[in-house]
Amino acid sequence: MRKFISLILVGIIASGITLSLLKIPFGTPKTKVGNYYLNRGIEQTGAVNIVTSVVLNYRGFDTLGEVTVLFIAALGLGMVTLTFKREKREIQPSSFILSVGSRFLFPFILLFGTYIFLHGHLSPGGGFQGGAIIASGFLLIYLGCKREINEKRFKLTESLAGLVFLIIGLMGLYFSGYFLFNFLPKGVANTLFSAGIIPLIYIAIGFKVGAELAGIINDLMEEK
Amino acid sequence: MIYYIGALGLIFIGLFIIMTRHNLIKMIIGLNIMDTGVNLFLISIGYIRKGTAPIFSKPGINPGAMVDPTPQALVLTAIVIGVAVIAMALSLAIRLYQHYGTLNMRKIKEQRW
Repeated sequence: MRKFISLILVGIIASGITLSLLKIPFGTPKTKVGNYYLNRGIEQTGAVNIVTSVVLNYRGFDTLGEVTVLFIAALGLGMVTLTFKREKREIQPSSFILSVGSRFLFPFILLFGTYIFLHGHLSPGGGFQGGAIIASGFLLIYLGCKREINEKRFKLTESLAGLVFLIIGLMGLYFSGYFLFNFLPKGVANTLFSAGIIPLIYIAIGFKVGAELAGIINDLMEEK
Repeated sequence: MIYYIGALGLIFIGLFIIMTRHNLIKMIIGLNIMDTGVNLFLISIGYIRKGTAPIFSKPGINPGAMVDPTPQALVLTAIVIGVAVIAMALSLAIRLYQHYGTLNMRKIKEQRW
């Protein structure tokens, strides 16, 4: 009975949304703001990846808010996991090949994540993706070989990276009068040292997201 | 059009799971499916036919043939936040299980402290 009622409810909502969606054409040219970003993006921000220039330059303040949401979610998770009752369980130690292999792969995963967030303004990628890759490296270490990782350093890295983001924004306010203004020279487009503050902020975000997601993994581990 | 149908399908599957299931873990999985559907929907709004990624990797690429970068930028951050929120919801589910000994929402509602 409950399923039947839910099915009817979902059907009503679905028909309403579908009727309104039929008015939105699919696969047609973009909105005005998207066209503006694509046509003026390179000369205004210096980044060839327009998505990056939208995330960090046109909507940089929004990204600061999203990073804060991420921070609060990680903080809430840490608070909830503090109250866990953890019982000791026998865990079989991982085999030699598994532990050595995961330790061998770990620096390469870190390197790849760093590459992703350093080239965020040139190629697909950026701080969020690179941070997630770095956290996956930490997950491999947690699962593959039992090793104590200092979680205070995660917290320290996370806070420092968030502070760097804010300080860069405030420097824009100081030098040019706008929060998160791109005050550094934009350089030649399509080179590594270009786009002013965008790579700097993405490095900070990469460290922050990496440390945050690794901290989440650390909090959710059954045994510490 | 198939992207709209797929995205809306995911959203409604997630909604249906949330409304009918009693197990907390399954409800969180439904929430995650809805999250994925919303992301896919936002991306498909910005799609244009035969469009390329909005990256000027070589000089001389026509910006008119690129997909809309704005929804991609929104979804980029939404994915990471979704992961963190789901992780927090799962941790709350673990805590509830440790307190009540069950994940069934009906049984949890019946119990008192």
